[in-house]
Amino acid sequence: MLAASPAVWAVHFLLSYITASIWCAKAADPNGSFWYVLAAIAVYTGIALAAIGIIGREGYRRHSLRGGEIPHDYDSPEDRHRFIGFSTLLLSALSAVAVVYAAFVVLFFRNCY
Amino acid sequence: MTKDAEPLEQAPHIDVRDAQAERLLSAWTIPSGWRYWSAVNNSEVGLWYTGMTLFFLLFGGVLALLMRIQLARPNNDFLAAETYNQVFTVHGSVMMFLFAIPIFEAIAVMFLPQMLGARDLPFPRLSAFGFWCFLLGGIFLSGSLLFDAAPRGGWFMYPPLTSKYQPGIGADMWLLGFSFIEIAAIAAAVEMIIGALKTRPPGMRINLIPLYVWYVLVASAMILFAFPPLIAGSLLLEVERAFDWPFFDPTRGGDPLLWQHLFWLFGHPEVYIIFLPSVALIAMIVPTFARRPLVGYSWIVLAAVGTGFLSFGLWVHHMFTTGLPGISLGLFSAASQAVAIPTGVQIFCFIATLAAGRVVNSVPMLYAFGSLIIFVLGGMTGVMVAVAPFNFQSHDTFFIVGHFHYVLIGGALFPIFAGAYYFYPLINGKKLSDRLGKIGFWLSFIGFNIAFLPMHLTGLRGMPRRVFTYQEGLGFDNLNLASTIGAFILAAGIGVIFWDLLRPKGKEPYSERNPWQAGTLEWTQEMPGKPWGIRSIPEIDSRYPLWDQKNIERDIDQGRFYLPDAEEGKRETIVTSVIDAVPEQCLRLPGPSFVTLLAAVTLGGFFILGTFHWWTPALVSLVVATVVIIYWLWTGTAVIPEKEEKDVGLGLTLPIYVSGSQSVSWWAMFITMLAVFTAFISLVFGYFFYWTIHEKFVPELSPGPGVFWPVLAAVLLLGSWGLTLLSRRLNKNDRAAGFYASLIFAVILSIAGGAALLAGPWLTGLDPTSNIYPATVWILVIWTAFQTAVGVIMQLYCITRRLAGRMTARYDIDISVTSLFWHFNALTVCIAVAVIAGFPLLA
Repeated sequence: MLAASPAVWAVHFLLSYITASIWCAKAADPNGSFWYVLAAIAVYTGIALAAIGIIGREGYRRHSLRGGEIPHDYDSPEDRHRFIGFSTLLLSALSAVAVVYAAFVVLFFRNCY
Repeated sequence: MTKDAEPLEQAPHIDVRDAQAERLLSAWTIPSGWRYWSAVNNSEVGLWYTGMTLFFLLFGGVLALLMRIQLARPNNDFLAAETYNQVFTVHGSVMMFLFAIPIFEAIAVMFLPQMLGARDLPFPRLSAFGFWCFLLGGIFLSGSLLFDAAPRGGWFMYPPLTSKYQPGIGADMWLLGFSFIEIAAIAAAVEMIIGALKTRPPGMRINLIPLYVWYVLVASAMILFAFPPLIAGSLLLEVERAFDWPFFDPTRGGDPLLWQHLFWLFGHPEVYIIFLPSVALIAMIVPTFARRPLVGYSWIVLAAVGTGFLSFGLWVHHMFTTGLPGISLGLFSAASQAVAIPTGVQIFCFIATLAAGRVVNSVPMLYAFGSLIIFVLGGMTGVMVAVAPFNFQSHDTFFIVGHFHYVLIGGALFPIFAGAYYFYPLINGKKLSDRLGKIGFWLSFIGFNIAFLPMHLTGLRGMPRRVFTYQEGLGFDNLNLASTIGAFILAAGIGVIFWDLLRPKGKEPYSERNPWQAGTLEWTQEMPGKPWGIRSIPEIDSRYPLWDQKNIERDIDQGRFYLPDAEEGKRETIVTSVIDAVPEQCLRLPGPSFVTLLAAVTLGGFFILGTFHWWTPALVSLVVATVVIIYWLWTGTAVIPEKEEKDVGLGLTLPIYVSGSQSVSWWAMFITMLAVFTAFISLVFGYFFYWTIHEKFVPELSPGPGVFWPVLAAVLLLGSWGLTLLSRRLNKNDRAAGFYASLIFAVILSIAGGAALLAGPWLTGLDPTSNIYPATVWILVIWTAFQTAVGVIMQLYCITRRLAGRMTARYDIDISVTSLFWHFNALTVCIAVAVIAGFPLLA
């Protein structure tokens, strides 16, 4: 659960990188338009953010189970549950930011170089 | 606060307690005389490990001073260019591979059990083996400098410089020596991960574990995925050097950039592998001196886990000037910026804790403050070099040298010194000197800044790194002189700290227990500590049990908790579940043995002899190492106990032998195979990397290895996998004949499958020295075949174990672990065959 959102970031990052690299290495004209790559990264980004959103919402749900409050440091299965939920929520927020950072390339690049 | 189990209300009678303590002591006694070196207690192995890493720190430091003397004046001739090359290469390599990474392992081996209230880590002999590998490899590498034979290609050993233009043995020494040490690091990572997940005290749920343990867990997991790419890269480079396979030779289709990818896939996460366990020490120190729990426990977990992931998305920022597509640079630049967020979060948590608490001044805190200041500055320049256009300008200049020394010395060295002053009483029961600590700090802090701050400017003015001298009047003269003066002041500071660590303290009184009034479990240790680790294993209810759990120290001491005795005279600890730390097993641990040293020497023989390309003796050494390791496993692992269960106290009875996914052996195999699989995937990455850079990577006419042989190999090896699983089931049902038959048949299929795999490229005439395609196919095939050979040894081992009565239907760890290995092998075979036989069809 904790690693789910960062894993989504990793998949998004790798897919974006691999798509761009292969396109730039194999496309007939690497300096030509590459809207396909930008569109692909935009689609990956949409899917990744949706997945992170779902994971983050689940984290929030666990965190707020029966009105729990941080720091979730009680010796009980419920507080352990809330702790994992809260940490998942935080990691989802970080992963979402990292995905958006990566997606900025769509705004700045119009060709491989 | 709910409590799961209460300690005994009445302490056992004093006579009972004394008898218990005596039995515990006798089980955990550290051998004396020459046999001392057979010890496997974490306290001893941790101490040797730490001692050697600090020795290598001094060694690397002396090399740094030699470089600084050389650079103090323009046109200096203190060191010849050739010597200077060796010195900077060995300095970087020693500091990274022999100090920064191993000291994390050393500190963790020493203190992790104490923090977890465990008697020892789950594989004490593995820790000892790791240490001996490290010692041998380290001495070999450092010693090469004395014979003018050291590596000289820089700590990242870029080909083609290291593949074509450096014929001596220096580069081989680096490649094989560090591969050997990396194996030791992976062994340590396995130990740490299982230690952190499975040997926590009962009740220490995942929301209650000490933050140090979180960091160690993340850093160890990172080792599993970061080190294998370098092992794979080293394999390729060494094969090119030794056998002329053209992996990095562009004239035959190779590409030096693949090395950079594989190296930095390791190299960048490695920075965080160094940083996280060091900042973890600060996370233990800050709450103690702020006299309150750390603010933002979950945020620290976010920082550790988040950094662990993001750090794998940074590797290309070391390659910004290699001409990669701009869009790739953009992606890696983005991740490099993003990693600053979790890194910053933990620093804010520390500041918030200090602001919310009542801070007590102390020497450890002084070093912690120094560390934060230096690291934040290094982090700032880190964000600067993550910006691609700035990076183009500063790449390979002294700006980079200044930047990463701020990061590494602020992020690792100062926290380690803070940790040394903080934890020293746990080592020999005595405190270090406050006065020397302060002198050492101020000299180091001031000297460091005088040495490294000017380097940023030297770099911006255009001085490249790794030049042995420079011309007068280019604006570098005074800045370099300042750096040299600063380096010597820093050295003086470190000298004072070392003197404090090493000076005789015989006449000084022992420190009081828990001298800093800390809240975490390691501080229940008596002064000086006993070899048993902890007198009885407590039930944990809090993140800071010493602050929150009343009388916990007394209850531990009086044996009111779990495992207060060693009735059978065996070394034991409690294994618990991963999430809620529910007790699962009373684990028997092995005692002192020289087998670990012997295994390290013989395995080291393979790598060291291989350096000189003496392949026959190297292979003989490898065979002997295999025999020694089998002897070690045969005599020391999966031992059938004399009884099923054991009463561990407080009304709890636990099994002594468990197998399957509950056993620590299963976890060890799983984690090891993740690392092995990552190395294999790195080689597969190489295949596709070459495909992307070549118009026609796969030759059009009769490409080889064809489809028939690889597919036949896959069928045979998957058959072997299926039979191994079947034999496990038959063993469980105690059907001996079926077990032997299926496993013997599996061995035959494995050997036939391995041979078929090799037959593919062999019979289609692929010559690995001719071009990159055959070389890449061969390396994938050889890797898979070698892994299969290990699988055959394991299958034969299980047959022999059962024949010898050391494995039965009930006690089946060996076959359970072998099955797990074969899951990974089956996956490897499928991928290898799909790539070498399937991809040419697609391409």
